[in-house]
Amino acid sequence: MPASVIFTRQAMILTKELQETFGHLIFHLSGGCCEGSAPMCFRQSDFKAGARDVLLGMVEGCPFFVGSEHYKYLVYCQLTVGVTTGGGDSFSLEAAEGVRFIVRSRLFTDQESAEIDASGPPHTGPIASKTTISFGVCGDAQRWP
Amino acid sequence: MPNNQQLPAGTHAQLRPRYDNFIGGKWAAPVKGRYFTDKSPIDGSTLCEVARSDADDVEQALDAAHAARSGWARTSPTERARLLNKIADRIDENLELLASVETRDNGKPIRETLNADVPLSADHFRYFAACIRAEEGSIGEIDHDTIAYHFREPMGVVGQIIPWNFPLLMASWKMAPALVAGNCVVIKPASDTPMSLAVLMDLIGDVLPPGVLNVVFGHGSEVGSPLARNPRIAKISFTGETTTGRQIMQYASETIIPQTMELGGKSPNIFFADVMEQNDDFLDKALEGFALFAFNKGEVCTCPSRALVQESIFDEFVEKAVARVARIKVGDPLDPTTQMGAQCSYGQLEKILSYIDVGKQEGAKCMTGGERAHLPGLLGEGFYLKPTVFVGHNKMRIFQEEIFGPVLSVTKFKTLEDAIEIGNDTIYGLGAGVWSRSVNNTYRVGREIQAGRVWTNCYHVYPAHAAFGGYKQSGFGRETHKMILDHYQQTKNLLVSYSTKALGLF
Repeated sequence: MPASVIFTRQAMILTKELQETFGHLIFHLSGGCCEGSAPMCFRQSDFKAGARDVLLGMVEGCPFFVGSEHYKYLVYCQLTVGVTTGGGDSFSLEAAEGVRFIVRSRLFTDQESAEIDASGPPHTGPIASKTTISFGVCGDAQRWP
Repeated sequence: MPNNQQLPAGTHAQLRPRYDNFIGGKWAAPVKGRYFTDKSPIDGSTLCEVARSDADDVEQALDAAHAARSGWARTSPTERARLLNKIADRIDENLELLASVETRDNGKPIRETLNADVPLSADHFRYFAACIRAEEGSIGEIDHDTIAYHFREPMGVVGQIIPWNFPLLMASWKMAPALVAGNCVVIKPASDTPMSLAVLMDLIGDVLPPGVLNVVFGHGSEVGSPLARNPRIAKISFTGETTTGRQIMQYASETIIPQTMELGGKSPNIFFADVMEQNDDFLDKALEGFALFAFNKGEVCTCPSRALVQESIFDEFVEKAVARVARIKVGDPLDPTTQMGAQCSYGQLEKILSYIDVGKQEGAKCMTGGERAHLPGLLGEGFYLKPTVFVGHNKMRIFQEEIFGPVLSVTKFKTLEDAIEIGNDTIYGLGAGVWSRSVNNTYRVGREIQAGRVWTNCYHVYPAHAAFGGYKQSGFGRETHKMILDHYQQTKNLLVSYSTKALGLF
């Protein structure tokens, strides 16, 4: 099954650095307005994933969620999380250092979409420690500029 | 060095190369001594340095606010209103200075800041000054001897977090009602656009008693978060994106304080066939209404980012409207003829381009724009886009996700019922527009659209005295109207017995 979210090498390095500073992290893809429609990165203790939030994947042990209503439009997309410089005041932890996580999207091929359909509904809600996540591999983005 | 070369003559002396926090009536250096650089999206030039504050500075601001709290709460509404009117006068007297600072910091065209952002900011102070003079509590006669008195009391110290798209106007929307109701304020401007509020504090810092209005600059995670979760605030007001809105509501559940939230939008702008019945002023107005997605470069929560056009006029209307969009002048925001300026930051520019890419992958047809605008000279370092129009269908991501840029997604509808269904097929409900010569169309759609503001045969006007706020995931609470005073006040009920007789129970 194709991964719903992957991280560029630069985004992985930034995630590791943030983990060293802030401990366990959680990502939540924000909806609209201002600095929204972008991944927000918080301390895990600082944001509670809701029961209906969809787990898109794990990166470096950190869950990456999106709201259930938002997910409906992302089912057949692969999100690549990268890093951009400059701007976007945000509560997301990396923004204070002048960089922002940013998402690029790729529509799945018909075959990938079929695999997504065959895989059943995604995991929703906070992850228990015993939960095994079988999807959400990370890697370098092919399409990132 | 700060580049203030393009500011109005005679105003240089009023700008500082570095701004500290404004706490307790004076400028206060950040505790850790850190600053960040505020740059202009117009050409990448440095505007000033600004305090990079953290939780320690928030605590100092809260100390000052709490020290001022009881004095300000007891200041008469007459006096509070007088001081707010004075703030409005100072804003008016410095219109050109504030407009040029706002344009340089945000990238929005000077024609917008001169005619909308700054004058409206002054007007909101005057409006709320007037409201508080006319406000009364109430009295209920429970029975002949028992009277319920209802007093309106301030909440105390409130926290406010401002976005970067209308830095001065959003601050005014929030500060004016909070202050006039007798609250002390700790406010955090967005770190992308801190300068206009900093300059304003230089202009009005002597008006209010020390500690009544405190400004703490810095980043969301370092200032916004410690402010929003602080047990010493009695209320939090936030305008921004949905995930942070949820986070702030989670904080508020720990301290049990009320919130007002103004979050995202994906507002439909609905054009009925009868707009083209005549080639007259009204059609011209409707075509401008279509192009208003480019207002403030699309960086507006209420951006009319979906246009729904009735099928029978679709091709003809869209052709005219796209031609109108293609004529939008993108350029130096300080040029009064420029209609669309620079996106607020490079990150914002990249995000918008990523959605334009999504639209193309989804198969939406790009009618105009669709790429970065490369401007000559120093502006080449700025963040400019061509206003972009896609034609597609409402299930596409570009119709459902807030892009927060000058990108319009257009689709068609057959009947009034279709228009309502498509218009409401969104998780948001902040704004909407409806255009028709038929009052039946405009009224019926206006009432059925699930949005807090339905502009009818107009769009993007923001007068004080018209309530503004969202349905659904666009948030809750209504600003820019006297009803927001309810969100900044407690109701105290004195239940008084004038009887001398015991109840007779014990």
